[in-house]
Amino acid sequence: MSENRQLQLRVALLGVVTVILQITLVSQLRIAGGIADLVPLVVLAVGLLCGALSGAVFGFAVGFFLDVALFHTLGISSLLLLTIGYVAGRVRDARDPEGAFVPLFGAAAATLAWVLGYAIIQFLLDVEAPVSGVILRQTLVTMLLNMLLALPVYALVRSWLVPALPADPRRRRRRATTTSLSPLQRAR
Amino acid sequence: MKTLELSPHVYDKSVRRRRAVLGLLVVSCLILLTAYFGESAGGGLRSIQRGFNEIISPIQEGASRALKPARDLVGWFGDTLDAKGDVETLRAERDALRQEVVANEAAARENTELRAQLEMTQALGLGDYGPKGARVINYDPSVWYSRIGIDKGSSDGIREGMPVIASGGLVGNVLEVTRGSAQVTLITDHTSGVPARTNKGRPKPVQGVVESSGAGNPNDLVMNYTPPRSTVRVKDRIVTSGTNSRRFESLYPPNLPIGQVTRIEDPGADSQEIHLRPYVDLRALEFVQVLTAVNGGEGE
Repeated sequence: MSENRQLQLRVALLGVVTVILQITLVSQLRIAGGIADLVPLVVLAVGLLCGALSGAVFGFAVGFFLDVALFHTLGISSLLLLTIGYVAGRVRDARDPEGAFVPLFGAAAATLAWVLGYAIIQFLLDVEAPVSGVILRQTLVTMLLNMLLALPVYALVRSWLVPALPADPRRRRRRATTTSLSPLQRAR
Repeated sequence: MKTLELSPHVYDKSVRRRRAVLGLLVVSCLILLTAYFGESAGGGLRSIQRGFNEIISPIQEGASRALKPARDLVGWFGDTLDAKGDVETLRAERDALRQEVVANEAAARENTELRAQLEMTQALGLGDYGPKGARVINYDPSVWYSRIGIDKGSSDGIREGMPVIASGGLVGNVLEVTRGSAQVTLITDHTSGVPARTNKGRPKPVQGVVESSGAGNPNDLVMNYTPPRSTVRVKDRIVTSGTNSRRFESLYPPNLPIGQVTRIEDPGADSQEIHLRPYVDLRALEFVQVLTAVNGGEGE
């Protein structure tokens, strides 16, 4: 099995497990009035590790799976999650994805975008839903919980995907600065 | 250098591909959204959802069962935390209820006291003396003085010398008056003297003056200046005698209960001392009544 195919398989499995885990376990665990949401965290992690394109495709697929499984309006989750995956991939190009702050604050931003984006689209679609201040509290709790889970989730996703990644970002960066194979050194 | 020349081309290609895929995905989303939103309940996309769910529902069910212990474990932690939160809430409720009970008990006690005072006022026919209720606001801490402060003053018609009673009987008289409060000298104060008599006569009531038996003793009074060979017995009731002389008007109306005889020193002698215990617990006064219409006072 080629490395690329293996990565696709791992990513697909990761998506399925994430959605199943989210809807059968995590969504039922209410902590301080809110629930953690693994889906944006995993999409973020995939975007950070695999790049913008893979992140976007993964986000779209996971969103589709989620919408289908939960009988949501198709397309909403896909649109939001592909955006998260894509932006995460772009962040990866600009920032060091190994830094602890990127997954941490990325989780906060992704969760906020996910929750608020979903609400905005629902309103745009003229869905009548009762809105109360509790929603704001739940959003904040979810964001905090996701920030707590961000680093462990990122580490798990990374350990799952790294064997299939064409080049581990860390190894690639280390090689770029310390070995003679570095393009920077070759350019001198 | 060749590598550097190729890089922008590869980069552009990669970017174009990325943007194309992104655009395709976004368009797909919008198409899905529009189609799903516009179709009926039995539409194709919903059929896909139903079909897909039929496939994945067993997986979900299996996963749900398999993950139940994990849910229970986390739930247990959650319940424990909730229980701790409940304990805090219940403690707060308990404290609030305890305060409420204390307030209710105090209100009940006040009610009992005021009711007793009212009953005494009615029983002794003191309504004509213009009784005015007052709350005790302070106690003189000095051992040498037996005084209390009340929350009624000159603006309420209180004047110096007015008798003060409580539910059990006589308390004292008003010593000083300000606009909103007054100071009352208790009958146990060493400056106090109350014209008194026994309630029963053998053959007629024994007259005397009730005074303090000693500074700092709130439970003992002494009736002096009794006629020689007068017959007083233990447990006799002592009440105010009222005015006996046109020249010297008593501050107190007649028949206010003062206390009960506890012992008699040198009975029958000229120097006999009749000790009595006041009916009113003068150390635990909360409400008193000032008789404002005795001896031509203002009254109601």
